[in-house]
Amino acid sequence: MKERRNVIAMLVEDQPGVLTKIAGMFARRGFNIDTITVGKTITPGISKMVITVFGDDKTVEQVKKQINKLINTIKVIEMPEERSVIRELCLVKIAIPNKKAKEDILRYTKIYKTKIVDITPKSVTAELVGVPAKIDAFIELMKQFGIREISRTGVTAISRG
Amino acid sequence: MNGANMIIKMLIREKTNVTFGFPGGAVIPLFDAFLEHKDKIKNVLVRHEQGAAHAAEGYARASGKAGVCIATSGPGACNLVTGIADAYMDSVPIIAFGGQVPTTLIGNDAFQETDMMGITLPITKHNFQIRNANKIAETIMKAFKIAQSGRPGPVYIDLPKDIQVEEVTEPIPRDVAIPGFKLTIKPNPVQIKLAVEAILNSERPLLLVGQGVVISNAHKELREFVNLTKIPVTTTFMGKGVFDERHPLSLGTVGMHGRKIANYATLNADLLIAIGCRFSDRITGNLKTYAENAKIIHADIDPAEIGKNVEVDIPIVGDAKEVLIALINTIKKKTIKEKEGWINKIKRYKQICDGCVPLHKTKKIHPRVVMSNINKIMKPDDIVVTGVGQHQMFAGHFIKCSKPRTFISSGGAGTMGFGLPAAIGAKVAKPSSNVFLIDGDGSFQMTIQELGTIKEENIKIIPIIMNNSYLGMVRQWLELFLGKRYSNVYLGRTPDFVKVAEAYGLEGIRVERESELEPAIKKAISNDVTTIIDVQVEEEVNILPMLAPGGHLKDAFGGCMPAPGKFFERE
Repeated sequence: MKERRNVIAMLVEDQPGVLTKIAGMFARRGFNIDTITVGKTITPGISKMVITVFGDDKTVEQVKKQINKLINTIKVIEMPEERSVIRELCLVKIAIPNKKAKEDILRYTKIYKTKIVDITPKSVTAELVGVPAKIDAFIELMKQFGIREISRTGVTAISRG
Repeated sequence: MNGANMIIKMLIREKTNVTFGFPGGAVIPLFDAFLEHKDKIKNVLVRHEQGAAHAAEGYARASGKAGVCIATSGPGACNLVTGIADAYMDSVPIIAFGGQVPTTLIGNDAFQETDMMGITLPITKHNFQIRNANKIAETIMKAFKIAQSGRPGPVYIDLPKDIQVEEVTEPIPRDVAIPGFKLTIKPNPVQIKLAVEAILNSERPLLLVGQGVVISNAHKELREFVNLTKIPVTTTFMGKGVFDERHPLSLGTVGMHGRKIANYATLNADLLIAIGCRFSDRITGNLKTYAENAKIIHADIDPAEIGKNVEVDIPIVGDAKEVLIALINTIKKKTIKEKEGWINKIKRYKQICDGCVPLHKTKKIHPRVVMSNINKIMKPDDIVVTGVGQHQMFAGHFIKCSKPRTFISSGGAGTMGFGLPAAIGAKVAKPSSNVFLIDGDGSFQMTIQELGTIKEENIKIIPIIMNNSYLGMVRQWLELFLGKRYSNVYLGRTPDFVKVAEAYGLEGIRVERESELEPAIKKAISNDVTTIIDVQVEEEVNILPMLAPGGHLKDAFGGCMPAPGKFFERE
């Protein structure tokens, strides 16, 4: 079966140890977490967690069922790309090897609709929000100048409509 | 009321009248509170915390109610771990309490501090740390609910010492809500309809019944379903006893050391109706060839079990009892065509299987002879508990059980040393039943200290040690798969178990001849104190038939059954 990136959102009780329980379950069942994000919801005491996991349909089905089994999990929702807004934030610190490069970098960051959040004579830091594939593409493009550091938040998602 | 008294009060409210535990610094207040409630609850003082956990399991398996065990912080709670892991693998409802250092010291590497929340995380259905005495009532209510409903399992509760002495100021809540705990009890009617269609259209249907049917107390419904449909029944090792093994349609246990008839039937079936089982590797062998001719219906209360190991054609999520009731009600309205050819083949082959006798004469007693003697003497309500090893598989294969909760053994985890403490728990739960402990000399020695508990608590069980001076199961693997390169499996001069019994103030009988077996067992039953029967069995006997791990069901070897070629045209 084909492996793909799957986004799964879940509502969990906001209690100490819940993240460990979920992460631990992934580890011992051999599932690979690609990214994980956690944040509060509008309901006090309930957090939303979004994970992306690589795997075929069977694996994803098992992941969902196993998450559901955890007592602290209230709801598990698969977030298919076509019916969800999926976003990730990334900060990229790009080296400026020379003046010509600087112009190129600034041009590319504009095309990618990034925000320049820091600039020094030797580096530019861009903030980019988008689907993971867009971020991947931007990082790939910046490699020619030299990337000092990146920091990605992992994926968060919300359903459409 | 302080926290400790609240804990005891809540246990009593949850209908617990006995716990199994061992004290220590961090649980002194808790054990003190037992003195206040002497008339309603007692603790069986074990000799090692592992014994407490297995005794709680034995109690739970025999009674269907959650078993409770208690240990102090650090090493005490760590000693519970094997039992908790065992309960997790076999879906046994136990509540394990571990003491903990006071909340003010947690995380400081205090004396006897161990992160039990971390340690028990992957081996419990859920765990709690109570950090406020007012949360005790709510937490214990939740713990029992979680442990006992749906697919049962162990719950660990961490009890910091300070909350045990803290005053409880809030009333006990009437009910507790666990938002993340949802169960599907009633099966989906669409799936039931599909299942019934498949059953009606099948030529060679077969039932595979697991412990789920025991847990949901669905043995009567199972019998009704079988009588209605005339479908032959196999059980998993954990499901043993849920269907009378002397019933003409019972084929016994399946799997690695299961009965050949059961495995061949699985292979030849065109429809496998699996209820309350999880298709472990010990049941299926090679997943690619497992039940390859069959459509599979899989009903389980735990959706995560469906499709985990085998591909399922008709999944049904629900409680085994509800599933069986739904199937019965739907099938009753239809006409079932006779499957005479299939049933006759199975019955003829089964007859040969039942008539098998040990192939070769042995100098010492053959383990199978021990089993047939126990079968002769055992009454339907008597309970068989086993350790782990060859003796366990001999029991699983040859002991005939007719009632649920009468066969108690460590299946998923395969925990040596499970037997003696689990037998204690079973006897405490069912004092009027004889509890036979079929154990090996290796397994028995792992928790032998619980003989002290037996003496002190006046618990009478019937331990039958199949003494072959070997760690027999590993020896068998070394013989069969490693050309007899025996490494660290010979126990040599095992202790004189008769003298061990005497040292503990119990009795012992050494059995060296077949003719002494029956009188010895009868004497152990009639004696007032526990009487250990040390049976000197043939040293190098293998438990056969056997299916090599990951093997094809048809390749199960050994045993005295002829090839089934003439009974089953398809293999």
